[in-house]
Amino acid sequence: MAFRSKRPEHGGPPELFYDKNEARKYVQNSRMIDVQTKMAGRALELLCLPEGQPCYLLDIGCGSGLSGDYLSDEGHYWVGIDISPAMLDAALDRDTEGDLLLGDMGQGIPFRPGSFDGCISISAVQWLCNANKKSDIPAKRLYCFFSSLYSVLVRGARAVLQLYPENSEQLELITTQATKAGFTGGVVVDFPNSAKAKKFYLCLFSGPSTFLPKALNESNDEEETKESEFTSERVPYRMARRGLVRKSRQWVLEKKARRRRQGREVRPDTLYTGRRRKPRF
Amino acid sequence: MKLLTHNLLSSHVRGVGSRGFPLRLQATEVRINPVEFNPDFVARMIPKVEWAALLEAADTVPKGPIEGYEHDEKFLRQMHHVLLEVDVLEGTLQCPESGRLFPISRGIPNMLLSDEETET
Repeated sequence: MAFRSKRPEHGGPPELFYDKNEARKYVQNSRMIDVQTKMAGRALELLCLPEGQPCYLLDIGCGSGLSGDYLSDEGHYWVGIDISPAMLDAALDRDTEGDLLLGDMGQGIPFRPGSFDGCISISAVQWLCNANKKSDIPAKRLYCFFSSLYSVLVRGARAVLQLYPENSEQLELITTQATKAGFTGGVVVDFPNSAKAKKFYLCLFSGPSTFLPKALNESNDEEETKESEFTSERVPYRMARRGLVRKSRQWVLEKKARRRRQGREVRPDTLYTGRRRKPRF
Repeated sequence: MKLLTHNLLSSHVRGVGSRGFPLRLQATEVRINPVEFNPDFVARMIPKVEWAALLEAADTVPKGPIEGYEHDEKFLRQMHHVLLEVDVLEGTLQCPESGRLFPISRGIPNMLLSDEETET
């Protein structure tokens, strides 16, 4: 949800924010249900589970079981963890098929190593970034969460966490702790140019690194996909420019390409681009 | 809470580590839920099951996985019933190492830890 005014995490801990009234919204408000279900579907898609195989999944911040029901509909079995008793009560009323646990993800996931084939989370992980008690250190809680998540996943399994990072520093804090815990992966941003539709999915792999799934975008003829991968490679831009003569056609084309990469508006390249003009021009 | 979940649950109290498994289950109220039988899923979960813990938690359980269990439908149906259809509604889970009790209410175990118990 795009909270333009105040972020809910600033008002207090999640177990108090998600009270009976908020829980009712997740059960009755059709727009809320629609958005959550869509995100659950996209997260499951990004999880890339083997086709036709029922899996045992973990749902972090399962809430009223909206995302869990989607998993059940797809034939999977799941366990959900949530910190809010009101939301879990709503889930019980909706008679979800998965098991529910009352727990705090920042304290660790209380399961044996290699229990789950995958993990999803919808709109939950950003709550770890704000300290609600004086004794809370967000970085520690994030690390505790990610390291225990790494352990409870089967080797090679994935975790897809949809979240609403407040700013890039927060996202960086989260990804740093995930990397420390042993995960590889990256952030997939769907519809990066839209304020409302923009969604962040943190895709984490617990095995050897594989490719990052392609992000959704409105205009499909755009080649650039907004993904950030965890690599320490430096792109050798200077090498591309070294051999070029200034003001030559190749130099002009390279400069235009560079400005396109920077995201600026650049005129399309035609056969007139960098054409030698008469001295009178 | 299904017995499959109980079999995978482990205590995350500080300092306990791998000795936090298995959680001793004392069930005061149990319900049998009919669940659709999926042989694929049951066959895939059998290797993950800790049999000692399962035998302790439930009575009518085969002594161990039999040879070629993937194709033995009777065995799979038995396991399906034990792992997925038995639902513990009220009771407690006890950490074997620290003795800490986790209450189960309306089928939901309360795994919230206090500050002192949380792993650093």
